[in-house]
Amino acid sequence: MSAYALQEADTEVMAAAKPETEPLIAARNVNVFYGDKQALFDICLDVPEKQVTSLIGPSGCGKTTFLRCLNRMNDLIDICRVTGDITIGGKNIYDPDVDVVALRAQVGMVFQKPNPFPKSIFENVAYGLRINGLVDSKGELKDAVERALTQAGLIDEVHDRLEAPGTSLSGGQQQRLCIARAIAVEPKVILMDEPCSALDPIATARIEELIDSLREKFTIIIVTHSMQQAARVSQQTAFFHLGYLVEYGATDTIFTAPSDERTESYITGRIG
Amino acid sequence: MTDIIKASLPGLPRRHAAERRFQLYGKLAITLALGFLVVMIGMIGVSSIGAFTQTQIALSINFDADSLDPDGTLDPATLAQANYGSLVKAALREAFPQVKGRRDMRKLYGLVSSDAEFTLQNKVAENPALVGTTGKFWFVASDDVDQLAKGNIDASLPETSRRISDKELGWVEQLRTSGDVQRVANVSFFTSGDSREPELAGILSAVVGSALSLLVCFVLSFPIGIMAAIYLEEFAPRGRWSDLIEININNLAAVPSIVFGLLGLAILLNTFGLPRSTPLVGGMVLALMTLPTIIIASRASLRAVPPSIREAALAVGASEVQTAFHHVAPLALPGMLTGAIVGMARALGDTAPLLMIGMVAFIVDIPASILEPATALPVQVFLWADSPERAFLEKTSAAIMVLLLFLVLMNLAAVLLRKKYERRF
Repeated sequence: MSAYALQEADTEVMAAAKPETEPLIAARNVNVFYGDKQALFDICLDVPEKQVTSLIGPSGCGKTTFLRCLNRMNDLIDICRVTGDITIGGKNIYDPDVDVVALRAQVGMVFQKPNPFPKSIFENVAYGLRINGLVDSKGELKDAVERALTQAGLIDEVHDRLEAPGTSLSGGQQQRLCIARAIAVEPKVILMDEPCSALDPIATARIEELIDSLREKFTIIIVTHSMQQAARVSQQTAFFHLGYLVEYGATDTIFTAPSDERTESYITGRIG
Repeated sequence: MTDIIKASLPGLPRRHAAERRFQLYGKLAITLALGFLVVMIGMIGVSSIGAFTQTQIALSINFDADSLDPDGTLDPATLAQANYGSLVKAALREAFPQVKGRRDMRKLYGLVSSDAEFTLQNKVAENPALVGTTGKFWFVASDDVDQLAKGNIDASLPETSRRISDKELGWVEQLRTSGDVQRVANVSFFTSGDSREPELAGILSAVVGSALSLLVCFVLSFPIGIMAAIYLEEFAPRGRWSDLIEININNLAAVPSIVFGLLGLAILLNTFGLPRSTPLVGGMVLALMTLPTIIIASRASLRAVPPSIREAALAVGASEVQTAFHHVAPLALPGMLTGAIVGMARALGDTAPLLMIGMVAFIVDIPASILEPATALPVQVFLWADSPERAFLEKTSAAIMVLLLFLVLMNLAAVLLRKKYERRF
């Protein structure tokens, strides 16, 4: 199938699956190149506000690449080039007048491997608040840190050792600390790049519960390799394959009645 | 049942033998290397022992009031200008009344160091009440007597082939039997500057010169080095230019140090007219030499900081400068410091660039600032090794031991710093 035909197919999918509410994030014809190699082809995707959208697909399909376009983390890679439009709240984030630092304060990110700063638990959460000037006093900072830790469901485990190094926590706790760090600065969007891939099933279940509760306040986009996880936590699911967005729609529809045969093959385990 | 595990691999004994052989070669190599090191440092150490003690001779001095203080006023100015050398000579004549003739007298006076009169002058300046009294005082012996006492001069050789004559041997023997020869710890080796007289030469001016040069070197090269490393590693766009810079920094690290010395001579001294022989210029030249080492080590330690830390900081809205200075640089700092200390240790031991900028001069005074002429430890070793006197041999070895001590201390500091601040990710 030629790229052109695929693009047309994508557009049809888009039209069919367009959410009713006004989308918070809208990607239009996003192409990403690493040097000469094209990683994403004409991605068009609308992400609704205060829902969980999961990006699934086999390894190397471009889902992480797409995720990292949303807070311009790809800027860090010298050879990476992005074309097309991505608007968040109506503003194209690739416009020259967009300050990438301000963007990242609004679009937080949680990574595949827990990466707390090698500093205290308190300092991990406080850092973003401090540099973004979100608090005026020590007391305010303390309240905000505790609020974030509470939201991340970590406060009971760490309230008596906020000065302990963040790296002394278990893997699951570290990941929740990273989530606390991300939500402390109160972003609009939280990007999660396979947040549970390094965790055991119990820690994974806790993170999934957390994602579900965070949906009230934040728009969450999660990349996952686990289809069960996508089915459990997300309302919208996008299936990527070889750099193309194959199918996008309500999670229930994707998993029960996929319209594309590649989606069906993937979710039933024949490819991937 | 057959032994299936053994039967399955026919070549196994040969492979094990090869492994054992390889380990043996490794152990031999290490033993050999350590052996050479022990022999070398051991030999230097043994020959340096003598320098840490000195021989002294006791003379009974008559502070003749008529010659020292003819007016009887005890005026410090008069006392300072009095002729103390004649007191020492008189004491020697008195101790050896049998010595006659100008030649023998000259030799007799040479038993004690030329420092003796200043020792007396200081004593009188401290305590003017000594004038008119008589007392026994210890004086530093001349280098030949010192060497004889330390057994470095073989008295059984024929008179013509040793530095000390039969008559002098007799005098020393006489002093020895009367208990007027002693060996004490040579404190002045650590507290005085260089001297033409081996028995008076000390290492302090060289140590201070080295310390001041290294201070200048550190103050210049460390901030510049880590800033350059942080910029190159964290901010500079990758491309042909950054490759070119990287290749050139690596090449600079391998440039012979004398070239930096020539550069210092041509640019710092001749073009900018900075003062010659000073720790300021020495430190600048050493900084030039150390910079590539610091940059390379700092870049390596920045590269070792996992990218996940950078991503974490950027993702909460830190700018690139904040990311670099709040997170990456602190984590890389132990490695940077280690690199700096290793580079400085190399600078401490380097002689060639200092020769070019004139820090090879004979400096007696202990430099009080970076703008005063100074010498440095390795240069002092070079100077003493070049001196003909037998007694400078042990001084040379002792200076090497002091230099090695500082090097070991610096490397130890590097190891401890790394151990203390190293973090696991």
